Amino acid sequence: MDLTAFLDGFALVTEPANLLYCLVGVLIGMLIGVLPGLGPAATIAILLPITYTIDPVSAIIMLAGIYYGAQYGGTITSVLLRLPGEASSVVTVFDGFALAKQGRAGTALGISAVGSFVGATVSIVGLTLLAPLVAEWALDFGPPEYAALALLGVLLVASIGNGGMVKAMISAAIGLLLATIGRDSFSGAERFTFDSLQLSDGIDFVIVAMGLFGVGEILYNLEERHGKPHVPAAVANVWPSRKELKESSGSIGRGSLIGFVLGVLPGGGAVMASLAAYATEKRISKHPERFGRGALQGVAAPETANNAAATSSFIPLLTIGIPANASMAMLFGALLILGISPGPQLVDENPDLFWGVINSMYIGNLILLVLSIPLVGIFVRVLRVRPAILAPITALITILGVYTINNSTFDIFVMIAFGVVGYLMKKLGFEPGPMVLAFVLGSIVESSVRRSLLIFDGDPTGFITRPISGTLLAVFVVVALWPAVRLLRGRRAARSAAAEPAAPTPTRGKADHR
Amino acid sequence: MADPRTPGPVDEGTDVLAEIQEEVARDLAEERPPAGGPAYQVAGAAVTIAIGVLGAVLALGYGLGSLDRPGPGLWPFAISVVVAVLGLALLVGGRRATDTERFSRSSLIPAAGVVTFVGLGALMPLIGFEIPSLLLCAIWLRLLGGESWRSTVLVSVGTVAAFYALFIYGLRVPLPHLL
Repeated sequence: MDLTAFLDGFALVTEPANLLYCLVGVLIGMLIGVLPGLGPAATIAILLPITYTIDPVSAIIMLAGIYYGAQYGGTITSVLLRLPGEASSVVTVFDGFALAKQGRAGTALGISAVGSFVGATVSIVGLTLLAPLVAEWALDFGPPEYAALALLGVLLVASIGNGGMVKAMISAAIGLLLATIGRDSFSGAERFTFDSLQLSDGIDFVIVAMGLFGVGEILYNLEERHGKPHVPAAVANVWPSRKELKESSGSIGRGSLIGFVLGVLPGGGAVMASLAAYATEKRISKHPERFGRGALQGVAAPETANNAAATSSFIPLLTIGIPANASMAMLFGALLILGISPGPQLVDENPDLFWGVINSMYIGNLILLVLSIPLVGIFVRVLRVRPAILAPITALITILGVYTINNSTFDIFVMIAFGVVGYLMKKLGFEPGPMVLAFVLGSIVESSVRRSLLIFDGDPTGFITRPISGTLLAVFVVVALWPAVRLLRGRRAARSAAAEPAAPTPTRGKADHR
Repeated sequence: MADPRTPGPVDEGTDVLAEIQEEVARDLAEERPPAGGPAYQVAGAAVTIAIGVLGAVLALGYGLGSLDRPGPGLWPFAISVVVAVLGLALLVGGRRATDTERFSRSSLIPAAGVVTFVGLGALMPLIGFEIPSLLLCAIWLRLLGGESWRSTVLVSVGTVAAFYALFIYGLRVPLPHLL
């Protein structure tokens, strides 16, 4: 590891302006993340236009701050309102809300804050040590490896998200198709532009993301949460006692490790990490029956793990240039807008950005810890504001924000169109996340596939015979066919259960089409 | 993975996970409106297939080329075929899934919201952003949100004033404005 570059990164981060951007990012992230229904990806989407006005390093520091601030904001709503801000906070609801009902909401939030801080910090240390190594290894990747890796990333996001896998894959595939709109970079031919001048440069990622995540989410909330008053639980005693810290220190430690490891893997690492950490705690606990009824470990472990995973998911983004989840896709898109293409060369070509972002996380998480505990009272007050009042404000932020990107009203209409699509997708059970991620990765996948075909003289077996791309594609096939395998196994189990009525086995196949 | 306290099959680990995942799904289901039924699934599948077929037909027109010299249409064609196949899979296998949400009278609220979005987009270049924004706020607060007139006026005026200060004075963005 390049120690000077690492230290220079710290110097950059501690510049007052960058510290301020970090602070503002964390604060905005927490404030918006606490609004029910707006998760980190939507929060970043709505605020993306800000990045156009400031310099790249500060912009990315601020967006990263928004990301983990919003992550913690989601925890607050899980505990106090039983409304998880995003999928990775869903398990927190079980014990968090149970604790809140017992009047221990403060303890749950305090332990979450401490756990989040520890998990994230462990993860950043891992990131600091591991990222340069991964980047060096990834320097050897050619187009075939990139094609395989990006495809695998899209597939994993589709398969791990909530909802049916076929629908998530449809969403991802249409995302790849949307990315082909505009002029073909190889031949210059116009594709799917229908002779529209505005479409010939393709659709701007920010507009797609703001539409699908921002406007779609706003419209959906307008219908669903309408009129339901939110009554947050009372919060007292946020500072965890020494006994409570001791009680949950094991969970926090295990959660950090689980989170770090699972977060590196592409595809909603934070969701898997929080589930796995919760499952681990429940399994090794001497009182598993307390889980779901207000076990402190049931909050500490998943909250630590999802923050550790959220942090380590920066590794694939910064070192390989493949975003691991929807929120990372937003940061990826933001970097591309700023003229930086993340990838293995980033650490050498843009050391200030690379180390600036990583080191800002040490400080950002400290800021988060320091702010979260004393400010809980303010967040509870934000939660009391009626959604009907917040809705038009977020709506105006998105419309006026998207206009400022290119000073174009055409962009507003494209965003509204994608917003309607996002709303309809949610109603019909399609997740917009895989579509956004696939849209971002679309041009990389296409150009890598086509470049590979040129390298291989049109022989597609070249993908399989290269060791790394071959392995990745093998994993791809296994993941893609897994639901079918499970379905078959479930049927066979059901058949054998029917043959032996003494030992009935529940059918697992049904779970595939939730 | 084998745990002495919880005797069970070898894939105990995945079982606890699956259990939690099911619990999560159930928990979320409580909050959701009733599922839409097979017609909704068929509609989703039909739109998907239509996108796939349309994409494939258009892509054919752009020229597929060959594998050693891929044309501009090859990649979109391949993806479109995948989209169509996945749409068929959904049509065949997913009709009984319960992941959709039925449209109801309250679905008119987001529809009205879209109309105000379009209105703001259309009016802004003509008369500046202030009046359309004020109208959007008032409609969302009073008609869609059922707020009192007092809070409608206070919040709308306050919001537009804050945005005016932020965009025109703070960020100095060339947003079309009246004043």
